[in-house]
Amino acid sequence: MAEKFDLNEREVWDGNYAASQALRQAQVDVVAAYPITPSTPIVENYGAYVANGYIDGEFVMVESEHAAMSGCVGASAAGGRVATATSSQGFALMVEVLYQASGMRLPIVLTVVNRALASPLNVRGDHGDMYLGRDSGWIQIDAFNAQEAYDLTLCAFKIGENHDVRLPVMVHQDGFITSHTAQNVYPLSDEKAYGFIGDIVPVDDMLDFSRPVTYGAQTEEDWHFEHKAKQHKALMDSRTVIDDVFAEFEKLTGRKYNRVEGYDMDDAEVVIVALGTTVETARVAAQELREEGVKAGVVGIRVFRPFPFDQVRDMLENAKSIAVLDRSSPGGAMGAFFNEVSAALYTTPNRPLITNYIYGLGGRDFSVAEAKRIFLEQKANADAGHITTDIQQFSGLRGPHLGYFQTKRS
Amino acid sequence: MIEIRWHSRAGQGAVTGAKSLGDIVATTGKEVQAFALYGSAKRGAALRAYNRIDDKPIITHEKFMNPDYVLVIDPALAMTDDITMNDKETTKYIITTHLEKDELISQIPALQDKADRVYVVDCIEISLETIGRSIPNAPMLGAFVKVSGMFELDYFLENMKRVLAKFPQKIIDGNMQAITRAYNEVK
Repeated sequence: MAEKFDLNEREVWDGNYAASQALRQAQVDVVAAYPITPSTPIVENYGAYVANGYIDGEFVMVESEHAAMSGCVGASAAGGRVATATSSQGFALMVEVLYQASGMRLPIVLTVVNRALASPLNVRGDHGDMYLGRDSGWIQIDAFNAQEAYDLTLCAFKIGENHDVRLPVMVHQDGFITSHTAQNVYPLSDEKAYGFIGDIVPVDDMLDFSRPVTYGAQTEEDWHFEHKAKQHKALMDSRTVIDDVFAEFEKLTGRKYNRVEGYDMDDAEVVIVALGTTVETARVAAQELREEGVKAGVVGIRVFRPFPFDQVRDMLENAKSIAVLDRSSPGGAMGAFFNEVSAALYTTPNRPLITNYIYGLGGRDFSVAEAKRIFLEQKANADAGHITTDIQQFSGLRGPHLGYFQTKRS
Repeated sequence: MIEIRWHSRAGQGAVTGAKSLGDIVATTGKEVQAFALYGSAKRGAALRAYNRIDDKPIITHEKFMNPDYVLVIDPALAMTDDITMNDKETTKYIITTHLEKDELISQIPALQDKADRVYVVDCIEISLETIGRSIPNAPMLGAFVKVSGMFELDYFLENMKRVLAKFPQKIIDGNMQAITRAYNEVK
């Protein structure tokens, strides 16, 4: 029986510590992990909990992230509650096995501390790794601060292990900006947290010898397509379960999460759509601009996969000009997030103006002043009735302006 | 919102100092943020740590700030780092140095019109004599408690004991002495 861990009602934790405490409270059966900056402290803290007797489960040290996720696949197929953590290059090395995990419908929880992908080598936060996982068949939930990293990690187990879902879940937080920033965090008691998640009830667990099953079978053109279709359907159908879990979490804590978060959106004319900590920083800018009479609002994507196409549309269709902020190198295209938001808005009657900002790569600071400048560019677009800037711009870049494409709607 | 910027070298404890301060401020019911900007993350490299303190949840995540307090815990950084960067007309400076305040200010042109907002304390000497190692973060906290008037010294010491609970008694005692001495010696 695990030792009792003393928690205060109010703690000052960084995002890594918050995530590791959520893993402890979930009473995970197996963590197989290979640490990498900036998620290293999640693994270190968890290892310390194991060594000090706070955890009954197993901690498996492995030789790489590929092996870490492989260990998780095995343990999850065996019927256990399973989790791990990674970032950046480690995430990249896991990618092959991420697809295996989701295809086998294994409810593994992966806490991802977002970091840029090399090269050049960089340990700081951007969303390159998060984007790398976007077609992997995992549910992807995004925390904007340390409290949310804690809350959403608890929710992740309850969502993924739901028998109507049976999918792996990533919980993302921004490298350093969330993972290494201490702030007030209000944790649940161990009993409350575990009571919320509940026991795992495995499906087709391999350790049930009375009922042998196969994992990782081969299917060619006869059945592969049907498997992938079912997987997609499971992701799309998980939306209602996610909503239910968030509603139950609100009842327990008073903290309300939504698949799409809107701030000051009731009458917003100019909007920033973003992921991660940027959502909160942009809110400060929106509030300051509202005092100057600019109807600014912010939309944050809480659940990146399944992508909330319908809710994004509902939230944004009455805006006039929208900036979609991608914190990932677009690699010769418009930002992927911009493309998804644009596609949703293309199906609305109003089709608001929409532009793309690439920003914050490799941890470049995103300031309130920068958010304000972006809002004011949207204001200029709204006033002119057409896009007055390049459709894609790099924001916060040193050296000459970099931007592409102009509107044909002027 | 109160914003604090620490100038330090990796290994001097600014990150721990900032987090300890955040921890203790939070016990008064305020919302806090504590973070750091590491350079090359090697011992001795210059780094900056930051605190934000407010009555309502802190949602900005920018690294940029106009600090209300600048805490310099390495004596040489007062000369070589840009300690007045993005400051305000009210920014207070607490600088660790073995020099007298006038001597210090005479060597730092950027501080010369700010003398009434500069405080000095020798955190290095205090930590050597109380903790036995050059860990200037704890004395700086004592000096900050005095200059800011944010806490009663006894309240701060009691809470600091809780933050340090995992350390041996000798270390805790040394830190208590360091904080108290700096509280009394800062000028």
